[in-house]
Amino acid sequence: MKPYAKPLPPITAKSLPFWQATHEHKLLLPRCDHCKTFHTYFEPWCSHCGHEGVHWAPLSGRGRIWSNCRFHKHYFAGFDGPYNVAMVELEEGPRIMTNIVGTPNGTLDEMPIGMAVEAVFEEVNDTVTLVKFKPVSSA
Amino acid sequence: MSLISKRKDSVAVVGVGTTKWGSMPEHDATSLGIWALREAAEDAGIRLQDIDGLICQRLTDYQKFVQVTNITPKLVTATPSAGRMTGATIQMAVQAILSGIVDTVAVVYGNDGRSAGAKYGGKGESYGTGSDQMWFPYGMTSPGAVHSMLFQRHAHLYNSTVEQLGAVSLAFRKHAQLNPKAVMQKPLTMEDYLASRYICEPLRLLDYCLINDGGVAMILTAGDRAKDFKQRPVHVKGIAQVSRLAQGELPDDFGYAAMQRVSKTVHEMAEVSREDVDALMIYDNFTPIVLFALEGFGYAPRGEGGAFVQSGALELGGRYPTNTNGGHLSESYMQGWNLQVEAVRQLRGDLGARQVPGAEIVQYLQGGPVCTSIIYGTEAV
Repeated sequence: MKPYAKPLPPITAKSLPFWQATHEHKLLLPRCDHCKTFHTYFEPWCSHCGHEGVHWAPLSGRGRIWSNCRFHKHYFAGFDGPYNVAMVELEEGPRIMTNIVGTPNGTLDEMPIGMAVEAVFEEVNDTVTLVKFKPVSSA
Repeated sequence: MSLISKRKDSVAVVGVGTTKWGSMPEHDATSLGIWALREAAEDAGIRLQDIDGLICQRLTDYQKFVQVTNITPKLVTATPSAGRMTGATIQMAVQAILSGIVDTVAVVYGNDGRSAGAKYGGKGESYGTGSDQMWFPYGMTSPGAVHSMLFQRHAHLYNSTVEQLGAVSLAFRKHAQLNPKAVMQKPLTMEDYLASRYICEPLRLLDYCLINDGGVAMILTAGDRAKDFKQRPVHVKGIAQVSRLAQGELPDDFGYAAMQRVSKTVHEMAEVSREDVDALMIYDNFTPIVLFALEGFGYAPRGEGGAFVQSGALELGGRYPTNTNGGHLSESYMQGWNLQVEAVRQLRGDLGARQVPGAEIVQYLQGGPVCTSIIYGTEAV
């Protein structure tokens, strides 16, 4: 098997709780103690209400595809052929970048905007587990 | 005492200068800027030493710049390299002149991106806050991909089509064919557009701007001094900015709210309406942003930017000829700066085959995160 060559996140003191959680197959994001807004940046200040006091809180891992695209040109090593990137709007409000997995070809017609998806956790190495999403099975 | 002692009330562009566009590995960004400024000074009919303010953009070596040009500025600064800062940089020059601290400011842009191998994507690309944590591991990067996603969203909400993006590309290419300086001159058909390869689906090669080396300079001065220069002055009638950085989550309104605020301010300043505008210059790093800007600045109803383009409105002979030099898509990606030069030349009235007859008002529209607009006119008031 080829070594993993795709970019890895630099795990910092501020992002460590996020990556520790994904390692345990949980999705956490910073949430404002006051207005309960979730954020996708790792700072102690709430951009929504201005409160100082933002702490990690769990999310359900369910959401919908907000937008998508498919890279044919590559900017990073480790990707073979075209690959999709989607922005998923989580049911608690925040939007995160991800890849959609579990469709036959990974093409955009298989992942329309609005499609219900759920998190799956893909272990890359001992410290990094990525959060990807798959269509919610209709069964 | 007074911190503002010689306050001015109007500003004009009195000189513009450009280098060639293309691959010029013998020059770095700073020397491209120096070349452009020498052209602009010649155009204005002044010596470099007559310039007393210097604002550099993208070229960061203001030290070498000042050494080689041997100017003695009373104000010198360099703004961040991203194209989003173009309108904001001109806004600083305008404010410096209005305050009275300087009389004649050069804003100078130098870009060696082609020779330096600028990719606008990948490691080191800063588009998207926290992208190394939350974007790169999934292969997400590049302003092109962001526009691809925003277009998908627009298409979902308003049924916009890739043929409408193609219409943008074709319109600007037609204009480029009238501009000997434009890098891309070959005629384009919709079949050519649809056959061009995907870069980040649904966007294709012909939805992307052209990375080149080049430099642009503009010389601005207080309106009451403008008549002393060689060229017919072009007045800055209005200039406004609203910045909204959408973190890593992408804007949910295509920048519409920010553009609406900028639009209102700039038209009030200039005391002209959209009805008075003769031509547009729209920042076109990717085709979708042209649709967003037309809608955000009120030239097309929301969701109907694509249909507006397809009506021919942006073409020479249409209601609002746009990017008459070919824009970033077909002239060269000079990050807004070549659009300023084109606006000025339209208002001087000497553009030959691509002149908009009788042009008196041209508006520059820059959507995106640092949303700005400038209204230029042949008259100060």
